[in-house]
Amino acid sequence: MKRFVFGTVASFGFAAVIWEAFARSGFFSSALSPSLVVIVPALVQMVVSGTIFVHIAYTLYRILWGLGLAALAGVPVGILMGRFKAVERFVLPLVSVLSPIPSLAWVPVFILWFGLGNAASVALVFYAATFPIILNTWTGVRSINRIWIRAAETMGAGGGELFWKVVLPGSLPFVIAGLRQAFARSWIAVVGGEMIAATSWGLGWVIFDSKEFLRTDVMLGTLVVIGILGLGFERLVFQVVERRTVGRWGMVRTAGA
Amino acid sequence: MDHIEIRRVNYEYKANERAVTALRDVSFGVAESEFICVVGRSGCGKTTLLNILAGFLAPTTGEVLIGGRAVSGRGLDRGVVFQDFAQLFPWRTAQRNVEFGLEMKGVPRDERAKTAQRFLGLVKLESFAGAYPHELSGGMQQRAAIARALAYNPSVLLMDEPFAALDALTRDEMQRLLVDVWRETRKTIVYVTHNVAEAVYLADRIVVLTPHPGTVKAEVKVTLSRPRDPLSMSFVECQKDVVGHLR
Repeated sequence: MKRFVFGTVASFGFAAVIWEAFARSGFFSSALSPSLVVIVPALVQMVVSGTIFVHIAYTLYRILWGLGLAALAGVPVGILMGRFKAVERFVLPLVSVLSPIPSLAWVPVFILWFGLGNAASVALVFYAATFPIILNTWTGVRSINRIWIRAAETMGAGGGELFWKVVLPGSLPFVIAGLRQAFARSWIAVVGGEMIAATSWGLGWVIFDSKEFLRTDVMLGTLVVIGILGLGFERLVFQVVERRTVGRWGMVRTAGA
Repeated sequence: MDHIEIRRVNYEYKANERAVTALRDVSFGVAESEFICVVGRSGCGKTTLLNILAGFLAPTTGEVLIGGRAVSGRGLDRGVVFQDFAQLFPWRTAQRNVEFGLEMKGVPRDERAKTAQRFLGLVKLESFAGAYPHELSGGMQQRAAIARALAYNPSVLLMDEPFAALDALTRDEMQRLLVDVWRETRKTIVYVTHNVAEAVYLADRIVVLTPHPGTVKAEVKVTLSRPRDPLSMSFVECQKDVVGHLR
């Protein structure tokens, strides 16, 4: 823990110094690249007024719904692809065609379908998150140690039991890797989506809206918030889940930061 | 009647469009509670034979009967222990690994735990019930695998060189333990190995397989009383006898 705090402080301090040097270099006017002396108070003010929490809540709501639905759809599809050649042959071409299309390219389509608001953003996150989950889970199932399947089948496991008790835990390191990647992609999708499709709430909307009023301090403050949320999820969700499952089981080395 | 009857088993597979005979006309029986070792050099088809007994492979011709019933596919009447330490499920503790077969049989939780603990005790792992496989040594993992293969009460235990990857000292210890377990449980054991001394130490009877194609070259009865002393004259004589058949 102490080492984590030290490492984090060091790397953040480094980034702050670089930014401050850039902001004060006069490359852009101070209105365009505000100093931390301006950004931090703007951030504090959003915290004190509470508006930032409402924005965070909206954005997280969209991410968690989209990501949750993507996991519910993506993990079973990935497992079926890994287990059954026929499913693989059917699904893989679709995944290969759809996954390189940037989620943001769908924004206009989703706005027409779902209108402005939560539904469009959730759909966007779902789109962005599903494919990394499918592809990683599929890889996980294919790289599972065959001897586990063989041993389980010897003991009479088949069908659903084999799925839940062997295939899923056996491919969990990859499933978690897929969720991590999907989470990162979700942010891209949600912030982009909110810039265009959201009304009045959400971190992406704040960033976009601040541009209208040249509030670069709010803009950059919000970027910092997104970064901190990402770090929080990595530390408090992904690493904790990993430590308690695949790390505890000796299937992966646990992350140190 | 023998508990396991292997009747004129042939096994062929295709390699580079050519039919290769891995086993030809293999026939022998195994009595109830008998300890059989199948010995041969690598490539003699001994693992193929074990896979047929386990139901992972179907013989091209011939048949295998266990308890008078023809084997078709896998079954809870057989337990299998592999060579690979990784056979345990890493996401389950030693005890939960041993419980797996019982779970599949629908045994209630309390009874499962009790049975698992009893079998962990049998392989001297009772104090490691809560440990995950990666926290166990290779020998302990193989002991847990034996407990797991026995816990759901199969009549036959099939073992494919389970101690081959262990160091010599641990292997000796495991062999002694296996004999104790066998005497305690009275299972019918078919144990595949390339190690002649191991076969002489363990078996009631040794089936010698020679390769290309895999055929039964000889059957050697081991009449030495247990516990056997690998340094005794009679042990060495028996070893020579088996090695003679392998040449």
